[in-house]
Amino acid sequence: MSENGAKIVVIDRAGERHVLDTVEGWRVMEILRDQNTGIEGICGGSCDCATCHVVVDPAWADRLPPARDEELDKLDELPLIEPTSRLSCQIIWSDDLDGLTVTIPEAA
Amino acid sequence: MSAERSTEPKRYDVAIVGAGPTGLFAVFELGLLGLNAVLIDTLDKPGGQCAELYPEKPIYDIPSWPVITGQGLTDKLLEQIAPFKADFFLGRRVSGVTRQDDGRFVVSTDAGDLIDAGAIFIAAGAGCFTPRRPKLEGLDAFENRSVFYAVRNRGSFAGRDIVIAGGGDSALDWTLDLVSIARSVTLVHRSDRFRAAPASVSAMRALEAEGRVRFVEGDLAALHGDDGVLSRIDLKTRTGPVEVAADRLLAFYGLNIELGPIAEWGLDLADGKLIKVDTEKFETSTPGVFAIGDINHYPGKLKLILSGFHEAALASHAAFKVVRPNEKLRFQYTTSSSELQQRLNVAPIAEAAE
Repeated sequence: MSENGAKIVVIDRAGERHVLDTVEGWRVMEILRDQNTGIEGICGGSCDCATCHVVVDPAWADRLPPARDEELDKLDELPLIEPTSRLSCQIIWSDDLDGLTVTIPEAA
Repeated sequence: MSAERSTEPKRYDVAIVGAGPTGLFAVFELGLLGLNAVLIDTLDKPGGQCAELYPEKPIYDIPSWPVITGQGLTDKLLEQIAPFKADFFLGRRVSGVTRQDDGRFVVSTDAGDLIDAGAIFIAAGAGCFTPRRPKLEGLDAFENRSVFYAVRNRGSFAGRDIVIAGGGDSALDWTLDLVSIARSVTLVHRSDRFRAAPASVSAMRALEAEGRVRFVEGDLAALHGDDGVLSRIDLKTRTGPVEVAADRLLAFYGLNIELGPIAEWGLDLADGKLIKVDTEKFETSTPGVFAIGDINHYPGKLKLILSGFHEAALASHAAFKVVRPNEKLRFQYTTSSSELQQRLNVAPIAEAAE
């Protein structure tokens, strides 16, 4: 896991808060899936299934690279999204995201 | 390649549930052993996730293919299994499986097909693609009566007050189509950004300008009605709630993947969504029913396409013993066996060299 000890904070579907280790260069989806947070990532990061949908803490939303059209289109399919919804497979972890907080919404 | 809808059970050696890469390759391995197969899939095309989710995405871990797309892999597998002339039952979901007195299975589909098979391979990947359902209270009661995720009987929408939800091609296409027979059409999407063909969006805007289509920028909030008969839909918009009189809702929110009815087949499961198998035959807790590819679970399982190929080969050999109990399985290689080369419709190498 990350040598710098950067952490991601995850609030799971049961509302429980977890502080998880990270790996520089991994997709956030992979970090969440690897640690059994309930994220499926069925399409393997192809931005195609939306099973890695997370809601980013609004305080962090502007600090992430903006979503590309492909991601916006896929999010747009979901019946329910929030203004700071993202697909976690489209966020590559870097240690300067230390403390990033995301909520896993109920599965669509 | 596609099979006609049938009510008489058609007889096959193996029924394969799921036409993704693993299911397709199972046709090949079964074919080498002289066994025929039928493939059943909820999607309307073969290839599974490779064709539906990432047809254009490159895959880098298929042996001997440094890079190949999901569709490219599907096309190559179809080419490879062509000699075995498998039947495809596409756009159908398996609705039931029963075991007969002679040990064979009858598989039924939601389209009314009946398939008689000596063994079953479940190669269903992550499960079946099903429409994403909006989270609305009491939705179940309205589904298939007033709420639909596809248009099956277009005539039943005539004279209706229809709400169409979604911002992709399906939502736009049906808005443009149904406006000619509906009493009213209201399109609901959370923003004025659509994922549909620009021409469809322009056509919808033109109908809106004529007052023939109403577009509401918002989300579905609640359904109202009695006994599954819809009368009104509440929408949530940025400027406040909006009520729409409606007796039909068409929701187009794309596809989700779920295990579906396989969960109720009584097989031993891991985590409630993977099927437990042994690693010799890839057989489930029910003899004669095998599970291969992403849907199975065993110690050390890796969800890779190449694992599915390996599992298909071993399950095929095990299935031979189930459907041909009185015959001896002779293990042969395609490089040297003239019998296998005949099955593959290729000239035996020795003769070709002469």
